[in-house]
Amino acid sequence: MDKFNKLTSIAAPLEMINVDTDMIIPKQFLKTIKRTGLGKHLFHEMRYKADGKDNFDFVLNRMPYRNAKILLAGANFGCGSSREHAAWALHDFGIRCIIAPSFGDIFFSNCQKNGMLPIKMGELDVQFFMQTATKGGEFTIDLEKQRVNLPNGAPIPFQYDEFAKHCLLNGLDDIGLTLEKAADIDTFEAAQKKTQPWLYSAKGAA
Amino acid sequence: MSEPRTLFEKIWDSHVVAATPDGTSTLYVDRHLVHEVTSPQAFESLRLAGRKVRRPDATLAVADHNVPTTNRAAGIADPESRIQVETLATNTREFGITYFSMDDVRQGIVHIVGPEQGMTQPGMTIVCGDSHTSTHGAFGALAFGIGTSEVEHVLATQTLVQRRPKTMRVSVEGKVPDGVTAKDIVLAIIGKIGTAGGTGYVIEYAGRAIREQSMEGRMTICNMSIEAGARAGVIAPDEKTIAYLRGRPMAPQAKDFDAAAAFWRTLPSDTDAVFDREVTINAGEIAPQVTWGTSPDEVVAITGKVPDPAKENDPQRRAKMQRALKYMGLTAGTAMTDIAISRVFIGSCTNARIEDLRAAAGVVKGRKVAASVQAMVVPGSGLVKLQAEKEGLADVFRAAGFEWREPGCSMCLAMNADRLEPGERCASTSNRNFEGRQGRGGRTHLVSPEMAAAAAVTGKLADVRALAPVGR
Repeated sequence: MDKFNKLTSIAAPLEMINVDTDMIIPKQFLKTIKRTGLGKHLFHEMRYKADGKDNFDFVLNRMPYRNAKILLAGANFGCGSSREHAAWALHDFGIRCIIAPSFGDIFFSNCQKNGMLPIKMGELDVQFFMQTATKGGEFTIDLEKQRVNLPNGAPIPFQYDEFAKHCLLNGLDDIGLTLEKAADIDTFEAAQKKTQPWLYSAKGAA
Repeated sequence: MSEPRTLFEKIWDSHVVAATPDGTSTLYVDRHLVHEVTSPQAFESLRLAGRKVRRPDATLAVADHNVPTTNRAAGIADPESRIQVETLATNTREFGITYFSMDDVRQGIVHIVGPEQGMTQPGMTIVCGDSHTSTHGAFGALAFGIGTSEVEHVLATQTLVQRRPKTMRVSVEGKVPDGVTAKDIVLAIIGKIGTAGGTGYVIEYAGRAIREQSMEGRMTICNMSIEAGARAGVIAPDEKTIAYLRGRPMAPQAKDFDAAAAFWRTLPSDTDAVFDREVTINAGEIAPQVTWGTSPDEVVAITGKVPDPAKENDPQRRAKMQRALKYMGLTAGTAMTDIAISRVFIGSCTNARIEDLRAAAGVVKGRKVAASVQAMVVPGSGLVKLQAEKEGLADVFRAAGFEWREPGCSMCLAMNADRLEPGERCASTSNRNFEGRQGRGGRTHLVSPEMAAAAAVTGKLADVRALAPVGR
């Protein structure tokens, strides 16, 4: 997984609440068996007109936001389906950090598994960021210090989960980390097999 | 004496393999369901890393999202869909996982198959790369949806690293009025707490109106927990739960069953258990529900009207409402029962179990689908389909003019060939009315199976309680 430490970029304001994962990546693009190449389909129905041409009303189709690595969004961003394709599509487009007042739980964790930084911040902070972003200028996200630095330099602190921060800063493969606990898993299974043997003798399973 | 604990806390505590001081836990996963859309990348990464599936015996796979619901013999026409389904077959063979193929009568929607096979049991942790995994919580299991990276993590380690969610109890007190179903209850709950109301929580549904639900009804309610933002919903297991599981192929057998049942009876929340948040709803006040917008919390009683964004004070909410009305082609103030529909979909992991089909058939019997409407029934599994055919329900639907299809997710998310055309309006028993969910430009109104049936025969959104009796 890519490390996430510091990111400097312009930020694209997407002033909508309840942006669901069907909006982020519609179902017709979920038929892939790969993780890559989804960026061109990101926000497909909002980004393209019915004839396939760019819809310039949509923020990511306008300069300078086409090159944004930071997305600012309304509450409950990424609600709905568990499709990690939503995180992959954002990543493939170039987005590395999303700031919103709240997120869908599964989407939030999917982002972190892909080296992206979703940040929950207060409603007023996000609104202020959106206003700032409309004037252009680069934001700097500093995960180590847990600060968002605005184009005028003012730092705004944010909270972050310690474990998730540690994994993101170091680009850790969490399967590798868990496999280091294999002995604990063995012990758990041995104990569970004694108290609930039926969990280990399921008929119909392989 | 130990602290009183909730059902969720009992399950969580008994599955912690390792915990860190900062509050994250490595949680053991008892059962893992797998489908074709969210698993190929996980298997591919396992292969690249040279890792094995830790517990193939605790894993079950079935293709549901991409499968055709007509003419199965012809295979899957769309090459991408076909490759995805074939990839699941290959992956499960390579890693030794049980797979119900498209021609297996047990094939169906993953969240209908698990309970039907008795794989879903109280006290378990169950995951699947699908947000509607919350369905299995109806059995008193902690069940939640995960992304593909987490699917890979579970395949490799049979665990997940998780932060403990907060607890919310939603008590639906009193008796549910006639004509009001599990779907109406859960839509009313979502309408009350909002699509993000449950974010960060596990919801326990409690109260008389929940206890009196059948297992099918409880599954409908837990299924839509995610539409309130909650990754999981649970309902206390009781004698109904135990009776449902007895004799199912993957449930404990013989003496094991009695031992398991004794354990299951210890799981309900202790009387004095404390929840982080409590919500109470009076069942008597719930009428049949129908969504008007593009988010499941944009819902009203069928007796209500399309709401007016001008009356919403919050500017972001107002903008969302205006966008929804534009997308849905609706005008504020319109009576819901004045809205004409042209499509009806009875299906999905929310409402495609045998009881749902019985309820819808009960409304349809002796009536005809309106001439302006194309209506279809997509059973949740091959076994549900077979049962419905045995009971004569399929004949009732066909005689009325419904299409009787093969099992799968179908037009709940329109990944296969079943979809709405732009501007088409559908009464649907599915779970999401998002923009484009059932096809680009398609307009979805979420309803119960009974209400979908009533819409089919009247050609508009209709109050099932107000249908004139069928004459002989």
